[in-house]
Amino acid sequence: MSENPFSLWVYLSQSPLLWLTVTLSVYAAADAVSLATNRHPFANPVLHSIWTIGAFLLITGTSYTTYFGGAQFVHFLLGPATVALAVPLYENRKAVLAAILPMLVALVVGSLTAIISAVVLAEAAGLPRGVILALTPKSVTAGVAMGISEQLHADPSLTAVSVVLTGIMGAIIVTPLMNRTGITDFRARGFAAGIAAHGIGTARAFQVDAVAGVFAGIAMGLNALVTSLLVPVAVTLLVR
Amino acid sequence: MIASLSLILLCQLIGEVIVRGLGLPMPGPVLGLLFLLLLLLARDRFALLATGPLSGGGVENASRVLLANLSLLFVPAGVGVVQKLDLLAEHGVAIIVVLAVSVVVTLLATVATFVLASWLMTRGEDTP
Repeated sequence: MSENPFSLWVYLSQSPLLWLTVTLSVYAAADAVSLATNRHPFANPVLHSIWTIGAFLLITGTSYTTYFGGAQFVHFLLGPATVALAVPLYENRKAVLAAILPMLVALVVGSLTAIISAVVLAEAAGLPRGVILALTPKSVTAGVAMGISEQLHADPSLTAVSVVLTGIMGAIIVTPLMNRTGITDFRARGFAAGIAAHGIGTARAFQVDAVAGVFAGIAMGLNALVTSLLVPVAVTLLVR
Repeated sequence: MIASLSLILLCQLIGEVIVRGLGLPMPGPVLGLLFLLLLLLARDRFALLATGPLSGGGVENASRVLLANLSLLFVPAGVGVVQKLDLLAEHGVAIIVVLAVSVVVTLLATVATFVLASWLMTRGEDTP
């Protein structure tokens, strides 16, 4: 046994093992709660994992850089998971091809709405220019949004936070909102979730309906493409 | 499983190399998605390709495992909020309201466009 328990903490808190274990076990617990509540929107596993881990870091005085040393192994899988979206796309290719036209129109409208509404609202709220720039790509998946943010000379880490906040809020609100509109076309519902709330919206869509999940995944992939082209144009035209 | 993961990583790698090499304005993994899709479609046409990860549902199962846990992958980026607490104390309410309104507007605009476009399409088919 170690003579000084503090030295054990110093060793563990610097090793990737501890932070990887914390990330996976907190998420596993949050996901179990979500399952126990029958996937209630407010039991969103991402939301509850983030504040739990965040509080733990603040209490133990651990820096985000140290935490990320362990959590990067999970973060890395965002790329392969994007590639993996090819499989549901392939398996549902008939349904996708049948809806290709509505998808493309909704993609352009949705992508423009996400960017323009963010810029216009942020300007109306009187946020500083740096923050507005960091918020514009918030509807695309984290890796892509951070790349766009860098190109704009904004703060990529603020963009990452706004991406995750957008995803969580989208995932929480999508089911009650869509039920209220009375729309039962799960292709359309899923597609909207993928455009507005990227991977977290897609994860939510897969929980609700398999077809919705597929269309959300496609929307997320397509939006990543379109938004990286549209944001620079929108910023030149809209941001003062 | 390992062969299937390798294939997924290989698709991403080729995507990244092409995107960086040609300076394309799109993310590497999105190009990787297109490659994997083309491989799966090609497999149905050429029996020769149906080996290793492309046979017996190998790559399909590996992808399902990844996608079943998609929301976990956003946790590390989200915890980054601890670095932004001072900014959130200053502008947090405004940022959250902007993002919340924007996400609702985007959801409604997208779903309405999709439903309208698909309604116009089926109507066009019924009365040519």
